[in-house]
Parts: sequence; structure tokens; C-alpha cells
Amino acid sequence: MNRLLYIVQKEFIQILRNRTLLPLMTVVPIVQMIVLSFAADNEVKNVNIAIVNQNHSMYARQLIEKINAADRFRLVDLPPSAKQADALMQDGSADIILTIPSAFETDFYRNKSAKIQLLVNAINGQQATVGASYLAAIIQSFNNEIRAEAAPQFVVQRVNPVPRINIESSYWYNEELDYKHFMIPGIMGELVTILVMLLTAMNIVREREVGTIEQINVTPIKKWQFILGKMIPFLFIGLMLLTVGLTAGKLLFDVPMRGNLAVVFAYCVVDISAVLGLGLFISNLSDTQQQAMFTTFFFVIIFILMSGLFTPIESMPQWAQYLTIPNPIAHFVNVMRSVLLKGSGFADVAYNFQATAIMAVVFNVMAVWSYRKVN
Amino acid sequence: MQTAIKTESLTKTFGEFTAVNAITFEVKEGEIFGFLGANGAGKTTAIKMLIGLSRPTSGEAKVAGFDVYKEAELIKQNIGYMSQKFSLYEDLTVYQNIRFYGGIYGLKRKQIKEKSAQIIETLGLTEQAHKVVGSLPQGWKQRLAFAISGVHDPKIIFMDEPTGGVDPATRRQFWEMIYQTANNGTTIFVTTHYMDEAEYCNRISIMVDGRIDAMGTPRDLKTQFEAESMDEVFVKLVRGK
Repeated sequence: MNRLLYIVQKEFIQILRNRTLLPLMTVVPIVQMIVLSFAADNEVKNVNIAIVNQNHSMYARQLIEKINAADRFRLVDLPPSAKQADALMQDGSADIILTIPSAFETDFYRNKSAKIQLLVNAINGQQATVGASYLAAIIQSFNNEIRAEAAPQFVVQRVNPVPRINIESSYWYNEELDYKHFMIPGIMGELVTILVMLLTAMNIVREREVGTIEQINVTPIKKWQFILGKMIPFLFIGLMLLTVGLTAGKLLFDVPMRGNLAVVFAYCVVDISAVLGLGLFISNLSDTQQQAMFTTFFFVIIFILMSGLFTPIESMPQWAQYLTIPNPIAHFVNVMRSVLLKGSGFADVAYNFQATAIMAVVFNVMAVWSYRKVN
Repeated sequence: MQTAIKTESLTKTFGEFTAVNAITFEVKEGEIFGFLGANGAGKTTAIKMLIGLSRPTSGEAKVAGFDVYKEAELIKQNIGYMSQKFSLYEDLTVYQNIRFYGGIYGLKRKQIKEKSAQIIETLGLTEQAHKVVGSLPQGWKQRLAFAISGVHDPKIIFMDEPTGGVDPATRRQFWEMIYQTANNGTTIFVTTHYMDEAEYCNRISIMVDGRIDAMGTPRDLKTQFEAESMDEVFVKLVRGK
């Protein structure tokens, strides 16, 4: 037992003496949180639109003004021909091309129906669908206005209206739809996991590179003592990171914290235990810090992209959803969001606890197993 | 005199390559036993089998009375090891290194205090005790590493080319330390390829291509090979191949 304490003490001294590690653990997470929460924003703003107006009627002008007034859209150009508009789409300066044909107003009066064309750059699928639906909504409302104006029978109907269904939405757990409140808890979970994993993955392999591991291996120390002695300091680092993150989230972004923070911290302990096991496992299998780093990146990238942080897990294909089960970041992101935003209690996130605890056991058995004192 | 190390046809192969080929020898308690050989002769592999870092392919070996196959962890409690690669933590202070190794060998807090005071005084490191090891000159580092390998008063200390990259004056000092330790009853098992160092040993064995080709006191070997110095013995042995 005492042996364990001496390892823990030694690791702490080494970590605190390392001048690059401390800022890495405090400043970097806050900076990343700030940058990511502003940048990783899925709200579609500033859709660039080019309008080919071949009609020049009053209605066409009104429609253009209405679109131009909407703050989601930026009218980049009014090219005279469809060909020039295509070029704008081609060089990336326009996301949507709206073409108002020359017969627009005439058709509207004569045939009671006018057609306009929307061309949407769908390379970025989300931007395209959301942008197009904003535009459709604007056109729809414009349509209602001019119908009322042009066909008085609708006005008559308004006196004696036909029943209609009105949708009133209310956004729960994030009333103002503040995107940052959604992102920050997830980013915190991600940062804690990645940093801890990277630090541990580099740890044992560094002792191997320097040669001190051999000196350790000729001592009567037990494998579990060695592994546990390496883990405890990093567990503290992880919890400290989470505390820094939560404080910054509260002070800088006023992230709501509706649930019990004890659940978050308890989960963090389980999550870090799992990640530490994986990190040490990687470290044991690597001969150089470079190898350890690249192996860690492989896992980290998959973990992040499949964590539900940026894209919802529910919209992944079924096989990919299964892959998120052994992903500590996915569980962490879910726990953070549920507890902080929804006020979930332990029972609500018990599944995440279970899955992560199983991972912790498996990864740590792998870590102890792969640590060889004898060749 | 008791036997400290005893091997019987100890062998290690890596695939087709036989690094250590059926070596048999015995080291007495309190002896300074020199393990000589050219680079790549198999010295390091042999030492690693004895200290439990490498599992032998075949043969028998007992270290401090314990079997290398079944009782490796018991051996570890009873031996010290100083590798050819410097293996203290450069980012810990002199005192912290002593405390750490003392701690993982299971010494009590009080023992650690006494030991570190003793080591720091013997090496004349009082002023450097709280400086990081990385800032010490190479010779001091080596002597500290040797002192720490004996922090738990082991029965046997294994040294794998301990004086590599050290100037002759420091090497002398180093050997004085080895003599002192051996006088206290500790067995010293040391590999080297400096033939002048071989003269300092009580008994030596010379390894060539994984086999022990000669063994005895330096004087016996010189008579046997009709040589003036150990250097000549060594050259004759290796050339004779």
C-alpha cells in the first residue's frame, strides 16, 4: 500500500515540475471551450443569395426587398442572366440562386399561379436544407400578403375564417435556443477525456524511452500498484479540469446547471478511469512516444466524431450507433447535457454509468495485462 | 562461503539466434564477479535473465537462493540493479530519487530518512540534495545510481556496464565504492568491456558469442593464456576463434 503512495507522490512531483503541462491543463481547456463554442455553431446565418430578376415587376421588387431585409440572408448580387448566376454558385460566392422568371407577375394574375426557381448548393447538406426552408418561409409569407391584396375573396374569408391549426412551439431545457448552452457541456466532457487520455498514453512510454521503466521492473513492485499509482494523479488532473471547465462555463457563458453536480463528478471519475486504462494500454504497447501519440489520435478522432457532440447519434446509421456504445466521450457528452441542461438525476443516466464502468474494467484489465515486467 | 548465484546451462534464444548459449557458473557471496565480453557477446541478455527482466529459454538459475522461473519477485526484493542506461529520474531531486526507490522497495519512512542522509553524506552531495538529478555531472549521476541500487541493502548488486562514458578518475572512485560495498558482504556482479576494470574483480568470466570461454581469477587467466595483461587474454580469446 505504501509503495502505491510513493508512486503517486513521484508522479505528482513530475507533473507539477513540468512547465508545459500545467498551462496545458488550465489555459488550454478554457481557450478551446471559448473558441469551439463560438465556432462549432450549427445555426445557419449569412446565407449568400443571388437573385436573377427577369421580371422587374412591382411584386418581384417587393419579394427581393423582403428577402434582403431578412437577417439570415445576404444578397450578394443581382446577376442579369442565369448563366452569370451559375458562375457565382460555381465560385462559391452564392449558396442559393433565386430566379424570378419574366412571366412571374403575368402568370400570377392570369393563371392564379406563378413559378419561381430555387437553386441550392447542397454540398453542405445542412446549410442547404435550412437555408432553403428559411427562404421558403419568406416566400410563403410574401405569397399570403399578395394573395390577400390581389384576390379580395380571401379578405372576405378572413371575416368568416376557416378553422386552422396553429402551431405554438416552446423549447424545453434551452428556451432561448442558445447554441452555446448546448455545446459547452459536451465540449467540456470531450476535452477532459482527450487530455487525460493523451497524457496517460504518453506516460509509461516516456519511462520506457528514458530507461527508468527497467529500473522499476527490477523492483518487487506489483503490476497493479504501478498502474494504479500512475492512474490516481491523472484522475485528480481530470477532476481539476472539469472543475475549471464548469467554472468557466458558468462565469463566461452562464451555462445552466440544473442537475446535481455530484452526478457529473461521479460520472467523471468513472469515465476517466476507463480512459486512463485505455491510455495506459496504448502506452504499454508503444515503443516510442510518437507511436503512442498516433495511436491515441486514431481513437480520439473516432471518439469525437462519433460522440454526438457535433452530429446527433440518433441520425447515424444503426451500425454506427452501436459503435458509440464503447465510446467514453459519447457517454460523457450525454451525461453532461442531461444533467446540466435537463437536470437529470443519477437514475436517468444510469445507463451511461453502467456502460462506462464496464469499459473501465475492460480497459484496466488490458492495461495491467499488457504491462510486462518480464520479456 | 555461501553461493549467491548459480546457473546451469542457462540459455536464451531469440528465434534462430542464440544470444546466451548454455552458460554454467557460480558466484560466491561477497565476491566481485566480472562478466566480460565484447559488445553483443550476450552479457546484457545473461544479466537480464538473472534479474528477472527476461525469461530464460532453458537451463537453471538460482539467484540469492531463489529460482529465476518461479520466484522472480523474491529475487527482486534481494537484488539491486544498475543498468547501462542511466535510470534515475532526471526531473526529481537527489533526495526525491532516493525516497522514491526506497519507497517502492518497501522501506519504512524512518529507514528512508536514514538511508538518504547516509547516501547524500557518503557521496558528498549535501549541497545538491535538493537539486534535480539532471543538473548533476555524469560521474556523480553514476555514483548516485549505484548508491540507489543498494538503497534496500540487497544481497547482490548487478551492474551492466556501469562506467560507460565516464572519465578514468571517476571510474576509479566508482570502483572504490564497489569495493566498499563488497567489503560489507554484498555480492557484486558486474559486466564490462574495459579490461583494466577486469583486474579489479575477484573472479571473471569471458563471454564470446554467447558462451563462457574462460573463467577464473585474473591471475589464473593470465597464466593460462600466457599473457601480460587482461587485454592480451581477451584478444587471444577472441582472435583464437
